[in-house]
Amino acid sequence: MTKHNSRATIGFLLRSFTYCPSNPSLLPSATSSSRFTSAFDEKHKLLQRDIVHGDHQVLSFFNPFRYFVETKQWGVGIQRKCYGSVAGLVQRNPRFSKLNDDDVRYFEGILGDKNVVQDEDKLVTSNTDWMHKYNGSSKLLLQPRTTEQVSQILKYCNSRCLAVVPQGGNTGLVGGSVPVFDEVIISLSSMNKIISFDKVSGVLVCEAGCILESIMSFLDNEGFVMPLDLGAKGSCQIGGNVSTNAGGLRLVRYGSLHGNILGIEAVLANGTVLDMLKTVRKDNTGYDLKHLFIGSEGSLGIVTKVSILTPPKLSSVNVAFLACKDYSSCQKLLQEAKRKLGEILSAFEFLDGQSMNLVLNHLEGARNPIPTSPHNFYVLIETTGSDDTSDKQKLEAFLLGSMENDLISDGVLAQDINQASSFWLLREGIPEALMRAGAVYKYDLSIPLEHMYNLVEEMRSKLGNTANVIGYGHLGDGNLHLNVSTPHYDDDKILSQIEPFVYEWTSKHLGSISAEHGLGLMKANKIFYSKSRETVQLMASIKNLMDPNHILNPYKVLPHSLTS
Amino acid sequence: MKIMVAVKRVVDYAVKIRVKPDKTGVVTQNVKMSMNPFCEIALEEALRIRESGLASEVVAVSIGPSQCVETLRTGLAMGANRGIHVESTASLYPLSVAKIFRKLVEIEKPDLLILGKQAIDDDCNQTGQMIAGLLNWPQGTFASKVVLDKEKQVATVDREVDDGIETVCLNLPAVITTDLRLNQPRYATLPNIMKAKSKPIKKFTPEELNVEIISDLEIVQVTEPPKRKAGVIVSSVDELIDKLKNEANVI
Repeated sequence: MTKHNSRATIGFLLRSFTYCPSNPSLLPSATSSSRFTSAFDEKHKLLQRDIVHGDHQVLSFFNPFRYFVETKQWGVGIQRKCYGSVAGLVQRNPRFSKLNDDDVRYFEGILGDKNVVQDEDKLVTSNTDWMHKYNGSSKLLLQPRTTEQVSQILKYCNSRCLAVVPQGGNTGLVGGSVPVFDEVIISLSSMNKIISFDKVSGVLVCEAGCILESIMSFLDNEGFVMPLDLGAKGSCQIGGNVSTNAGGLRLVRYGSLHGNILGIEAVLANGTVLDMLKTVRKDNTGYDLKHLFIGSEGSLGIVTKVSILTPPKLSSVNVAFLACKDYSSCQKLLQEAKRKLGEILSAFEFLDGQSMNLVLNHLEGARNPIPTSPHNFYVLIETTGSDDTSDKQKLEAFLLGSMENDLISDGVLAQDINQASSFWLLREGIPEALMRAGAVYKYDLSIPLEHMYNLVEEMRSKLGNTANVIGYGHLGDGNLHLNVSTPHYDDDKILSQIEPFVYEWTSKHLGSISAEHGLGLMKANKIFYSKSRETVQLMASIKNLMDPNHILNPYKVLPHSLTS
Repeated sequence: MKIMVAVKRVVDYAVKIRVKPDKTGVVTQNVKMSMNPFCEIALEEALRIRESGLASEVVAVSIGPSQCVETLRTGLAMGANRGIHVESTASLYPLSVAKIFRKLVEIEKPDLLILGKQAIDDDCNQTGQMIAGLLNWPQGTFASKVVLDKEKQVATVDREVDDGIETVCLNLPAVITTDLRLNQPRYATLPNIMKAKSKPIKKFTPEELNVEIISDLEIVQVTEPPKRKAGVIVSSVDELIDKLKNEANVI
């Protein structure tokens, strides 16, 4: 299986600069990152020794635990850093027990020796998120193969008050999938079986550890598609997707996972298995509790199985890459596209001129499809339908009309799949280009469309020429990815200018400070920018009810003041 | 100077090919079809020659079912001046195609004929050579560089051969077939797609051109290549050595 993932991509970047500078492949092998992480980890361990004293060490997530490594020996300056957010101090909850040998033996009894990992080298990858911003110090990784095993593990951890962190593909961007301190990591990777697929209804039932891309290729053979697609598909797992309520590129067409997930099997903190694995579309019998597990980031239970409603694969896909002179044209174009392309519109993405420059400068193989002159904004429109001739006609008519109305200043229409992929690369390659450009501060925001780009402009004028502020994202969903790219991490100069400004601004405009990435550790304490006190209080009550010892993914999602 | 370019409609390069259950061919229904990538390169080269002022007209030709008009529209959107569609639903083999081109050359009298070196569906790599043979024109195949001298009526072609690059000079009129590294084809821009709608496409049938579509070839069977077996993870160096020795027989 081809593993195309962001984590491997970093390894690839390093490798490609060292060994194969002309390698045109963007599909690195997943193992290429190991060299990177091991060297990195040695430095990390050294540092950790200096900083961590005693049991109840106070960790500042942005300050003393922070370091920058310019990897000169690899010839490229990938910035790494361990930090959370500006809010800073998190203390290990003293109520949690510390792992002892009896615990390990108990787990070995349940899982067998092979699936209980204590090897420090192997734990490095699971302790670190892919952006290398968050580092835990877990000493134990468990790899259950069945729901029953997950249940036994949790029952035991609950009775011992051992904190756990559920982990899927570990591609999260907010520090939600790695331990904060010494939590036991429960990896769902070994639960990767597809259980059933109904060709008539299109309902797929599978285990939580299935990698998104392998589900996609399974469905492709059956003539169906996943209603979810995102850049990390080569590594991320469906259980993690569900737990973070991942959004992605197709949301504008198929809606969020709250609509597409028909059923869930989850294990509660005390080991109870909740079988809600329905495969029917309509089910109005009492409270629809599965929704509690969609987007709660593993803080209420561990998702072990899911059933997903998948749409049939349609044969006609068309992609256009367009240039717009200003943000208001992009907005009008979206309005028009919804009217004129309605039933076939499957993606509406945008990137600003700064994002485009970044991709062209830092991503190998990126080619500007509209090179005639620089433009302020670019829009990627994808249509998916059942009849190529009529779909193409419809799209062409729409594009030509929009050009006459001056909404589009220039554009190209992919004539084959290869061209379509090269347009998508410009949009999907931005995160990778950002990693290559140096340090990056990432924000994932929902903002009413009308004001969305004002934030980017305000941020840009606030930071002046100290940083490259870029804006891109899922315009069709009102989701902005605001990224601040700088050569080096500099929290005093840069981060203090961004936060809390970005959160306050978003809150003022009634947006959400996390559109699709989740809160994780990074934004647990920021929840009040998007949710009222009463709402958060009810969340805390639900948490207390379902996980009274707070062993599930501690320090994340909910503000620390309410959970510790 | 007039340049004629062949553009073939094939299963898209990025589509996963499936063999029909009865093994008579590959599935083409409900499958994305696009212009053969080598033909795109051929057309791009012709357009560049025209843009440099060495040619005045580029004519794109496609032979096959009615949907070939879509491929021609793509060619016209890239910049060809006009199109010719020879409509035929029969299976076409290189010799029939070459005979049709001979007739079209008699009608259109181009000075240069550019084709892709092969089509990615049947991988024949014969049509260009056969046309050159039938017309008794010089040929420069697998071109990675083309330089035209309008005054001397000569084309200098760099050919990618096993030993490296071979440079040949061809007296015009000539046939050139293109290799992958010749150029990077342009995208179809919206203004050009709009213009392409009003460009003429002339229609012919093989009968009108007095070409009989026949072939001495018969396809016996089409099968998939054997599937690659899944790998195994060995637990020790000894096991690896054992497998290399006894299973793979490489050491």
